[in-house]
Amino acid sequence: MLLIVFSLLAGAAVGSAIVVVLHRNPVVSTMSLVVTLVATAGLFVMLGSPFLAALQILLYTGAILVLFLFVIMLLNVRRERTAVTHASGMLVGAGVCAVVFAGAVVRLFWAAYSETTVAPLQADSVSLIVVARELFSTYLLPFEMIGLLLLVAVVAASWVAQKGEAVESPKPPAHGDPR
Amino acid sequence: MILTPTILAALAMIGLWLVAVISVAPVMLWLERRAPAFMQDRLGPNRLGPLGLFQAIADVLKFIFKEDVNPAGADRLLYLLAPTVGFVASLLTYVVIPFGPEVTIAGHTFPLVVIDSDAGMLLFLALASLGVYGLVLAGYSSDNKWSLMGGIRASAQMVSYELALTIAVVAALVPSGSLNLSRVVDHQIASQLLGFLPAWNVFTQPLGFLVFLVAAFAETNRLPFDLPEAESELVAGYHTEYGGLRLALFYMGEYQSMAILSALGATLFFGGWSIPGVDAAAAGAWIAALPVVGPILGPGLGTALFGFSVLLVKTYIALFIFIWVRWTFPRFRYDQLMRLGWKVLLPLALLNFVAVAALAVAGKI
Repeated sequence: MLLIVFSLLAGAAVGSAIVVVLHRNPVVSTMSLVVTLVATAGLFVMLGSPFLAALQILLYTGAILVLFLFVIMLLNVRRERTAVTHASGMLVGAGVCAVVFAGAVVRLFWAAYSETTVAPLQADSVSLIVVARELFSTYLLPFEMIGLLLLVAVVAASWVAQKGEAVESPKPPAHGDPR
Repeated sequence: MILTPTILAALAMIGLWLVAVISVAPVMLWLERRAPAFMQDRLGPNRLGPLGLFQAIADVLKFIFKEDVNPAGADRLLYLLAPTVGFVASLLTYVVIPFGPEVTIAGHTFPLVVIDSDAGMLLFLALASLGVYGLVLAGYSSDNKWSLMGGIRASAQMVSYELALTIAVVAALVPSGSLNLSRVVDHQIASQLLGFLPAWNVFTQPLGFLVFLVAAFAETNRLPFDLPEAESELVAGYHTEYGGLRLALFYMGEYQSMAILSALGATLFFGGWSIPGVDAAAAGAWIAALPVVGPILGPGLGTALFGFSVLLVKTYIALFIFIWVRWTFPRFRYDQLMRLGWKVLLPLALLNFVAVAALAVAGKI
């Protein structure tokens, strides 16, 4: 029974991940990524951590990928850029990703078949209380730094966007807008 | 596969919720015609059946017999997929909402909630956040500029208001110290305020409830925040190209998410399945002592019936407020909507959260 569920989830995750890479339509790719993430969340549930699963769906599928779709749709509306991709840049990126992925796989099998087996992750170690305590004590500094980094990125992005708008074309004031 | 009593109970509860949640759409269809009619000194549709109740059936039949149209330029797969996504997402979220205390039926004790998880609230938010895909995909795949505008508006609006909603929800969880909604209800039942008020979170966190209420309207795309389908600007917004049963699925999804958010609001802020001063077990025993139905139900199912009815009544009161607001306020402009979400609701939610957290740390809650 568990094996059937696992096979379904794992198959969905891998299959949709392949679609993400191969499909031409960026919206279909994004939706496939949604399937990948939901299936992986299902695997987390099977491993005994609904907390991690809920967090993954909430953050990645619920927020980040919606913004992906938002951006894709905005770009399609304006018909400004069709996918500007450089073949050489893509090859380098794909190569780096492939090496990292291969390294992770090798490391996993190494750990699985070596004599000194790694202790399996306990469900308790990814419960809400443990994660929160670690995040706000041991990892407080990195946590705050990431927050600051994201804030800087957001401010920079909005500044760039405003600047670009002013240079490109001064838009006529929207109809009926009092400002 | 073994049907243990726990699995049987979970299946029974899922069935109960399915009936309750799916029946919300036809009931609301009727209520949304009759209630505003009386507000506007009209009668509304009152010809078909008693009180015009069969009008809902007529509407459903009309939806079923409409021609199934596919726009020529539509992205067919996504176009067909979109209506079901929002519908299913809103249909899943009820699994973490409790409708009673732990009961014992035929010797087995279990909580009256489908998934009694310590990550319950997170599961709810996660599943609810999937609903936006239905709207966005519908807008994108229809190959229609009005649909696309509606889809873009929906994604921006729902992600924006999700922040304020989530922070208000988190603040409501702080007093009980648990993400399990059963514990949240228990905590609200356990104590009293000033000797006579029930310790409902709405009395201890009125600001948080206000933020939750406003954000709930935006999350469900209801007036005054129905910008994704603003008919004066976007024809019908994201579902412009839809008709028949697919359009009905969008409506059902919207009504279901309204009902589920109402049930969540009742659970978080209004004591969930409880009535102040009434013990659920005693109510179950009272139902078990009734002449005809009593012996069939027994005290355990009686308690379940009591809790579910109370939660259902509270949910429908909230649904009526949804209708009331819809026919009272005009639609916001899009920049007003964004300003309200980011510059008013989010700071208010944070303020409420910090205040609640400070009180909790000081040991006052």
